[in-house]
Parts: sequence; structure tokens; C-alpha cells
Amino acid sequence: MSASASAAPVLVARDLEVVRAGRTLAHIDARELLPGDVHVLLGANGAGKSTLLKALNGLEEARGTLEFEGRAVATAAARLALRRRTAAVFQRPYLLATSARHNVESGLRLRRAARAEARRRAAAALDLLGIAHLAARKPDRLSGGEAQRVSIARALAVDPAVLFLDEPLAALDPPTRRTLVTELLDIFAARAMAVVWVTHDSDEALAVGDRVSFRRAASCRRGRPSTSSRTRRALRSPTSSGSTPTSRARS
Amino acid sequence: MDLIWNGIVEALRLLFGGDGSIYEIAWRSLWISGVALVIAVAMGVPLGAAVALNEFGGRRVVVAATNTGMAAPPVVVGLLVSLFLTRNGPLGDLRWLYTPWAMVIAQVVIALPIVMGLSQAALQQIDVGMRQQIAALGAGHLQGFVLLLREIRVSLLAAVMAAFGGVISEVGAVMMVGGNIEGQTQVLTTAIVQQTRIGRWSVAIALSIILMILAYGANFAMTVVQQQGRRRA
Repeated sequence: MSASASAAPVLVARDLEVVRAGRTLAHIDARELLPGDVHVLLGANGAGKSTLLKALNGLEEARGTLEFEGRAVATAAARLALRRRTAAVFQRPYLLATSARHNVESGLRLRRAARAEARRRAAAALDLLGIAHLAARKPDRLSGGEAQRVSIARALAVDPAVLFLDEPLAALDPPTRRTLVTELLDIFAARAMAVVWVTHDSDEALAVGDRVSFRRAASCRRGRPSTSSRTRRALRSPTSSGSTPTSRARS
Repeated sequence: MDLIWNGIVEALRLLFGGDGSIYEIAWRSLWISGVALVIAVAMGVPLGAAVALNEFGGRRVVVAATNTGMAAPPVVVGLLVSLFLTRNGPLGDLRWLYTPWAMVIAQVVIALPIVMGLSQAALQQIDVGMRQQIAALGAGHLQGFVLLLREIRVSLLAAVMAAFGGVISEVGAVMMVGGNIEGQTQVLTTAIVQQTRIGRWSVAIALSIILMILAYGANFAMTVVQQQGRRRA
């Protein structure tokens, strides 16, 4: 599941902090994301996971250091550039009021891909998610699971350097969730894609993550660094979740 | 009853008899309101979006003012525009009072709050999450704005129809700033008032029929666009 140890990190965050109205909503001490990494942010509702994900994806302005492919992301223009090389899937699919095909093409078109190129890659992404037969459907004719597959296809179609997932399966029924987890892990492995996966579900975290960061609401609010557990092993036998040895070594 | 019946028959004769002056008045109504509508939409939609999508001090004051403007009496607008355009007024040097341009300005003032208020309300209905998703797809400011407009196109066309209905049918403002000058600033509504007042019922009815057809035709065209792709249950 991991890329070669010599690969340069695609995303680096140091002392990244989202502050609104004088309150720290989320903080991260130091993280590196390598190509092929599936990094899980695990924590309770309100722990600031989603805020953190938005900061990492350039959707929210944040203090501290964020580097994407070796370049600092400090300006609005740099955040847009970051968003144009990455993709995000949220808990709700947020499909545009147009066909599944146009939805999947939309990210590519916004990034100025040629029409034919966008069509080709959208078709491939729809195929990959097993929903080629839904290409002409509008969102109101899709089930929740189908809509989320369209949303995931839309994210994968742009071939993102980093894929950000914010509770992507939380709104789906358990069978759909299980199938999608397996499919997604296969896709990530095949593409050696860097992934940041936010979830509140520790089973999901264990199933998908190479590395798991555990976020507690209190520590986030006080702006204390979150703890990072090295592996699933660490999470399975937590002596104390707040004091798992911090290690950024590759698992 | 005879009066009404004869009026209608005479009106139809005027309509199909090719009385050029009636159609000249209709055309003037259409272009004045059309130009005003285009200007109001070009200004009102971005302004509505700015209010809907941003936080700033005095935001509520702006929203309340816009909503009040949606119900502004045309005669008050007429007075306001007259004050600006009168010879000694701030814009008096333009010499626009009692010209079609004064009427366009008055109708922009009437239509702008309608377009602005309704597009702002529609944009505010869009989930913040959707806006975030659009940004995450890689949309810049302008691209995101265009995508959002596409999402609210049904409401947006309703706003345009409401504004068009408001300006094509109003009489107070165009009467005051245009002066109902025959062959120059007379439009359908002001002509209807005048013809009714002097008892030429048939002409008033003929003009009213044209006005209704214009209003229906424009709204029908926009409705066709609006209802495209509607899901049939």
C-alpha cells in the first residue's frame, strides 16, 4: 500500500491552524503525505476534522505552513492552484443539476481540459465506479449510493494528486459502504494515490488507513497537537489514546 | 354591453387594419422595457450574488433596502428620477427628461431591486456545502458564480419575468419622466390612460390587447426556457 520510501511528500503541513473569531477550530502539528499514502483523520463529531481537511485542500485559509509539491500554499491564488490539482468528496454528493456525465466532466472542464478529453476521462471514471449506465441520469433520478459514486467518479476523473474524503460513506447503508470501501482501496492501490480520509468510524479507519491520526475535540479546541498513532496495531491496543507514541516513520 | 362589444370589434379592426401608430407605440414600449431589463439583470444578478455570498457590515440594511425597493411605487421612482434629470438637477445637463432614456432609467430603478432581491434569495438557498464542492472542483470566482447561476436558473428566470412584468406594465414613472409625448415618449400604458380618459375606448382596448400579448409572449418564451429539463413525475 505504500509508495517507495524515496518519494517526495506531495503535501506537507506544519503547525497548520484554522482560527475563526479568535478561536482555534483545528490544529495540526506536522504531517507529511506521500504518494500512495492513505492517511486517516479519525475523531468525534466536532473535533475539527472537516475544518482541517478544508485547510489542507485550500478551501479554508489557515495559519502555519502548507506545502504542496514542494511549493508553499500561502495566497488565494496558490489555494486555487492546489484545489485544481486535488479533489474532494464530502458526506453528501453535492451533484450539479445536470446529468451524471456532465457532473463527472465538470471538474475537468473547470480545469480547462478540452471537451473531448473531459468526455473520455469522465467515461473512464464512470466505468471505474461501475455506473456507466447512469451517465445520462440527473441527480434526482439517482439513489444515495449512486449519487455518491458519481461524486467519487467526478473526483477521480481529474486524476488528483491528493484525494480528500470527508466522511464519504457516512450517509450510505452498510452493504453499500462495505462494497465501496473495497473498491476504493483497490483504486487507490492501483493508482498509488495520496488520500486524506476523514471519518468518525474507527472500524472504517482501521480498514482503510495506512496511518491514522486521532483527533480529540478537547485537544483541538485548546490548540494542542493531536496525537498520531503509527499503525492500526497502536489503535487496536491503545494504552492511552492521548499518548500513543508519535512517529512519522512509514508504516 | 354594446359599448364594450363595439369597442372590442373596433379594436380588432385597428389591430389587423395595420394602424401604424399603434404598433409604433408597442415597439417603443418593448424596446424601452427590454433595454431597462437587460441593464437591471446585468447589474442586479452580480449585486444579488455579492450580498448573498459575502459577509459585510450593514448587510441586513442592504437586504432590507432591496426588499423595500421591490415594492417601490413607480410614481415615487418617477419623482426621484425627475429630480435628478430636471434642468437644475444633478444630471440635468444630460437633457434626458422627457426622452426615452429617462424612461429607461426609471424602469431600471424599478426592475433592479426585483432582480437583485430575488437572485439574492435564490443564491442564499444553495447549501454552503455545494459552494464548497464547487470550489473544490477547481472553480475560480467567476467560474463558481456561473455554476451557481446555472443551479438557480429556474429562480433566476422567475426574477427576470417578475421584473419584466413590473416595467412593461407600469405607468406612473414613464408618465412622469417621459411625458407621454406622441411619437416620442408615448408607450402602451400611458397611451391606454390617455385614450381611456378621452373616451376612445376601442383604441384603449386595442392597446391593452397588445400589452397583454407582449406580456404573455415574453413570459411564455422565458417559461419555456425555465421549464426545460423539468422532471416529469
